[in-house]
Amino acid sequence: MLRKLRIALALVAFAVLTFFFLDFSRLLPESVQVIAKIQFVPALISLSLGIVLLLLLLTLVFGRIYCSVICPLGIYQDVISRLANLFRKKKLRYKFRKARTILRWSVLTLVIITYLSGLGLVLDLLDPYSMYGRMAVHLFKPVYMAANNGLELLFTAFNNYTFYKVDIHFWGWASFGLALVSLLVVSVLAWRFGRTWCNTICPVGTVLGFLSKLSVFKLSIDHETCNQCGLCSFNCKATCIDSKKGSIDYSRCVACFNCMESCNKKGVKYLPFWKVKKTGTDKTQVKTVSGKIQAKTKTKTKTKKRIETDTDTKIEVKTINKTKTDASKREFLSVLMMSSLLMPKALAAGFRQQISSLRPLKRTVPMMPPGAGDRARFNSLCTSCHLCVSKCPGDVLQPSLLEYGVEGIMQPQMLFDKGFCNYDCTLCTEVCPSGALKTLTKEEKHRTQTGRVVFVLENCIVYRNETHCGACSEHCPTQALRMVPYKGHLTIPEPHPDICIGCGGCEFICPVRPYKAVFVEGHEIQQVAKAFEDEEKQDIVLDDFGF
Amino acid sequence: MNRRNFLKIFALTGVGLAVKPAKSLAALVPEENKTEQAVDLVAVMGGEPDQMFRRAIAEFGGMNQFVKSGQKVCIKPNIGWDRVPERAGNTNPLLISEIIRQCFAAGASEVTVFDHTCDDWVKCYQNSGIEAAAKEAGAKVLPGHQESYYRQVELPKGKVLKDAKIHQAILDSDVWFNVPILKNHGGSGLTISMKNYMGIVWDRRAFHMKGLQQCIADVCTLDKKPALNIVDAYRVLQTNGPQGRSESDVVLSKALFVSPEIVSVDTAATSFFNQIRSMPMDVVKHLGFGEEHGLGTTDLTKLNIKRIRL
Repeated sequence: MLRKLRIALALVAFAVLTFFFLDFSRLLPESVQVIAKIQFVPALISLSLGIVLLLLLLTLVFGRIYCSVICPLGIYQDVISRLANLFRKKKLRYKFRKARTILRWSVLTLVIITYLSGLGLVLDLLDPYSMYGRMAVHLFKPVYMAANNGLELLFTAFNNYTFYKVDIHFWGWASFGLALVSLLVVSVLAWRFGRTWCNTICPVGTVLGFLSKLSVFKLSIDHETCNQCGLCSFNCKATCIDSKKGSIDYSRCVACFNCMESCNKKGVKYLPFWKVKKTGTDKTQVKTVSGKIQAKTKTKTKTKKRIETDTDTKIEVKTINKTKTDASKREFLSVLMMSSLLMPKALAAGFRQQISSLRPLKRTVPMMPPGAGDRARFNSLCTSCHLCVSKCPGDVLQPSLLEYGVEGIMQPQMLFDKGFCNYDCTLCTEVCPSGALKTLTKEEKHRTQTGRVVFVLENCIVYRNETHCGACSEHCPTQALRMVPYKGHLTIPEPHPDICIGCGGCEFICPVRPYKAVFVEGHEIQQVAKAFEDEEKQDIVLDDFGF
Repeated sequence: MNRRNFLKIFALTGVGLAVKPAKSLAALVPEENKTEQAVDLVAVMGGEPDQMFRRAIAEFGGMNQFVKSGQKVCIKPNIGWDRVPERAGNTNPLLISEIIRQCFAAGASEVTVFDHTCDDWVKCYQNSGIEAAAKEAGAKVLPGHQESYYRQVELPKGKVLKDAKIHQAILDSDVWFNVPILKNHGGSGLTISMKNYMGIVWDRRAFHMKGLQQCIADVCTLDKKPALNIVDAYRVLQTNGPQGRSESDVVLSKALFVSPEIVSVDTAATSFFNQIRSMPMDVVKHLGFGEEHGLGTTDLTKLNIKRIRL
């Protein structure tokens, strides 16, 4: 019964969240974004204390429900293991495995250290929700969009216009590759070993696993009815039941209730700890629940402090040696890799510069999405789940590479090659689950300056060819580029950066290539744009045709 | 009647016939009494968008003159911007739905509506009110945001624009109507019927590269001409066009201009706009280029114009 409930809830949450990531035609109501907002890491980062406390409490009462019902990556693994069994002649029998405690805590330590020292990248890469988000955006969504285009072809052939064609999203090889690697690693592990990822690498799994050891309700094996048949262990995808000893490793149990349902003797029970008869678990551990939490949290903050001061480096060095990972080496390697990828591009750009008479001016400061505030804040809060990337109706938000530096790899930036930021749209600021983008009202958005317009006269069509253009001004919602009289009846853009909000309409539409006559320069700290002055309203009474 | 009275009446009518009525007075004379000459342009003022259109199309002898039973009709409004009707960024939805209804009444088998928008097309279609109005009137609303909806067409008469990709809804229709809104435009002075052609084209950046005003005239040389150009001037964006920044850019002017002659109807609309804000003909350069292409005259005195006030 509990298992069926778990499966039903998990499938609903999983399906809704996945579809929210794919849903380009906005079929789902925006209220379903709540599933993204109750994810552990985004909630923690955005200091949504209510949600964090709720999730912690949920774990302390019922165990790792988050992992089995809310976390999309966890449910994805369950789906994969289930599928795997369809391809097998015999259902896979899980075996009890030893806990990888050192590995788990090392990864968690690494995540915390790097995060506190300003490199959120490791957390961004390992947060299960964000990992799944990137998989959904870069791997599943293109498939969904291609399927839509197939249906469009079919329906339009019969004169039915229910479907419309879409540009299949592809945000570059880096984000695609990262999503693919995540997908492969997690899928292979899930296919063969169940929830191994959650119990070895996942930092959320480690934290919640620790708490679930102290949870009120627990699964336990009744030694009086147990005949040690091993069925519970065979069905334990967390591989945490040692049926011979009759013990369960609660730090790894994801509360899937498979063991409970598989037991023919009804010997696996889900009970509050005070009703648990003496089992293979450590009794003292169960008894001192509240006291222990306090003690543990205390020690946790202590270690944090130690790390922060950086004087007592012993612990740090030790953990790093143990996990055999070296943050600076990684950083170096990733920089090397990225720069070698970007080098040919830069060279090509240099070449173009030589042959073109255009002034080679381009944006030097990357543009953060609206509501990002200042760069340091944004870089530390964003987990690169790419929900905003998926939702942006103008295809403006795209994953970055090294534009923000190593700490911002994969975080979204505004680019105007496919579209521009809609003046009235505030969607990205609404869906962001980690608070990296502050929710903006339409009025606030109208005054949020993500960047400032730069006009390069020497590249402008009107200046070079002396013909009418005005494409930039046409697209400017505030007339920060205003057409003013030039030679004869020609008009030429005149920039007013104070009232520019950085939507990029001008940059998108400017027909000059490869260096445009107009682009938006980003801000390290987003500014408030000056309000434009309304035209004086004249009372015009027309009583003649004028011809 | 005695002889004296007869002579009096005779003399007075003679005087009446001898004095040629001034041109402006002619407009006030009931139209039915005029000699049967084909109408070139109908200008209506003072009504609601749908009401003005009903009156205008009646002057042309009804929609049956343009749409025959079983024909596929395409209507091309301006839906370029994510704006509500009050902001006058797009053609009035009431006008569009009235045209659609008249097309069906005339026996059209299918009516399609589309535009290649500048803002996100989904938002433009929704917030302009045109998608809802058109669907309610029974039309099919087609997207125009993908290159694959457009087909390459040669423009042998074009001066600088020799070919363009044109939306298939226009190419596959039997009849099409060009339904722009009259607006100020930073680049081309005004955007009216000729400029509205840019919404049937895929690559608009090419227009700006090659010379906007000439390209506008060139694309209008497309063989398939609209049956009518229906210029919505119910609300006019007088400044900061073609998007407008706020409602203070908008003038409620309640007018409509209809003609099969594209250059002439745009000339009329320009003269109308000129009353709101100075807009000399040579600023709207594509009108002159259009005339050079033989797309109609800018000399409105050569036309049989009906001016109607409601």
